[in-house]
Amino acid sequence: MAAKNNFEKCLYCGGCVGVCPVQAITLKDTRLIIDPKKCINCGACVSICPVGANKVEK
Amino acid sequence: MEMKDNYDVVIVGAGPAGLAAGIDLAKEDVNVLILDRKQEIGCPKRCAEGLGLGWFNRLELKPKKEWAVQPIHGAALYAPNGEGVQMKRKEVMGYVLERKMFEKDMAIQAAKAGAKILLKHQVISAKREDGEVILTVEADNQTRTVRTPLVVACDGVDSLTAKMLGLNTKLDLNETDAGYQYEMTGVSGYDEHLLHLYFGTDIAPRGYVWIFPKRNGTANVGIGIGAYEEKTAKYYLDKWISEQDGLANGSIIEVNAGAIPVGGFLDKMEADNLIVAGDAGHMVDPIHGGGIGIALEGGRLAAKHALKAIKSEKYSNEDLEAYTPDWYNTRGNELKKRLKGRHLLEQLKDDDFNYLAGSITMDEALKIGNGALTKKDKLLLLSKKLVTRPGLVKIFMKYMKDDSGMPKK
Ligand SMILES: Cc1cc2nc3c(=O)[nH]c(=O)nc-3n(C[C@H](O)[C@H](O)[C@H](O)COP(=O)(O)OP(=O)(O)OC[C@H]3O[C@@H](n4cnc5c(N)ncnc54)[C@H](O)[C@@H]3O)c2cc1C
Ligand code: SF4
Ligand code: SF4
Repeated sequence: MAAKNNFEKCLYCGGCVGVCPVQAITLKDTRLIIDPKKCINCGACVSICPVGANKVEK
Repeated sequence: MEMKDNYDVVIVGAGPAGLAAGIDLAKEDVNVLILDRKQEIGCPKRCAEGLGLGWFNRLELKPKKEWAVQPIHGAALYAPNGEGVQMKRKEVMGYVLERKMFEKDMAIQAAKAGAKILLKHQVISAKREDGEVILTVEADNQTRTVRTPLVVACDGVDSLTAKMLGLNTKLDLNETDAGYQYEMTGVSGYDEHLLHLYFGTDIAPRGYVWIFPKRNGTANVGIGIGAYEEKTAKYYLDKWISEQDGLANGSIIEVNAGAIPVGGFLDKMEADNLIVAGDAGHMVDPIHGGGIGIALEGGRLAAKHALKAIKSEKYSNEDLEAYTPDWYNTRGNELKKRLKGRHLLEQLKDDDFNYLAGSITMDEALKIGNGALTKKDKLLLLSKKLVTRPGLVKIFMKYMKDDSGMPKK
């Protein structure tokens, strides 16, 4: 399982990119890409998101 | 429009830090490339746009009508019970900017001085080869490489460029705030010449709500909270706005979000062929989260050290190493002191805020924040104002004694 981004909520601010411990997230202007192969499901990107756009499935 | 194969220096990120560095380097006839992934400089803003007068003086920056849109004469702090401490001066103490105009003005200056700026250009990888860095840049569905002996990473909170070159700039959740904001119009009920800050654990846990006025009944209304909080920044801000008569019926003309690195200061901001500045180097005020002025100053300092390296054609870690101590001497040490102030604020409960609002002056509040209380100030605070509240005395005693900062939660 990997974190998932809801692009309808995301405001592409880059906060989650900065806290991801394994650099699984890339922000491309207005598109957020999470690499499921790198993600370790830690939830940091969920905590920081100001609008609740990221989710990890338990 | 084409990117050349080589530059003396490549700056990643066209925010305040990158543009400030770009202007200074281009003025010295250095061959500069500035890359940004966005489609427009300054947009979307991740910012409340407040900039204190001290920065204008320090950086010899002249406010221009097109971007210094609202003069500010002071600030008002509000406790959860609504009681406030206010400071208002006759003279201008700062401005709320139209930041996209400000940044575009800087971009024009950088380009005039000879820097090449390319937008919609994203750095996707960086690696070292033969004493240089090869950056892979994605633009217009194509991937190209550019070589440079020196990268100045001003890529904001993402800061992937430095990480790709082996410098750990990761944000620590405990030392990062989640920010959310509406630019609203048709709002009222506040003094347009003051910055307004609202505190309280139900309003904004570990942070505050702000109203930063712009002209004509327009204002940035936003919030910063600890990034580890369960509920989102949006949740807290929406709730607070719905309870404010002067705001609830306003219209939203812009929605902003962003992370604010409020205290995880980096011990090292350079490596072989690399210098980091601005948010990427966590150069932000730990108390109010302001980072524009610090990013400008950091960008300039980075340019100074970059220039030295370029002139001597030496780009190793050892050649660049004077940058970090230089930054700490210029600003970092002062910010570290203010981190103590924030750790103190974090421990206050709602009734502490209510009590303080009714008993301390704005001057005292500012001195606590700056870590600038004299012995006499301290005695006065403890004996006259805090003495009836043992909980507060305990927190303040620890804060005043401990020079290494408050223990983390
Ligand atoms: C909600 C909020 C409110 C704030 N309010 C204030 C305030 O009132 N006053 C104040 O002084 N500060 C405020 N700040 C802080 C301030 O906005 C930042 O400190 C400041 O923008 C830092 O400037 P910078 O140049 O370091 O980074 P940024 O302005 O973030 O610029 C970084 C640039 O790098 C680009 N980039 C990133 N990665 C890449 C890549 N791989 N390739 C190409 N380009 C890339 C980005 O697109 C971006 O344009 C606020 C921050 C937030 C989030
Ligand atoms: S923190 Fe949230 S809003 Fe910001 S880029 Fe990540 S998912 Fe999008
Ligand atoms: S869950 Fe953790 S590892 Fe996965 S993308 Fe989010 S921050 Fe990165």
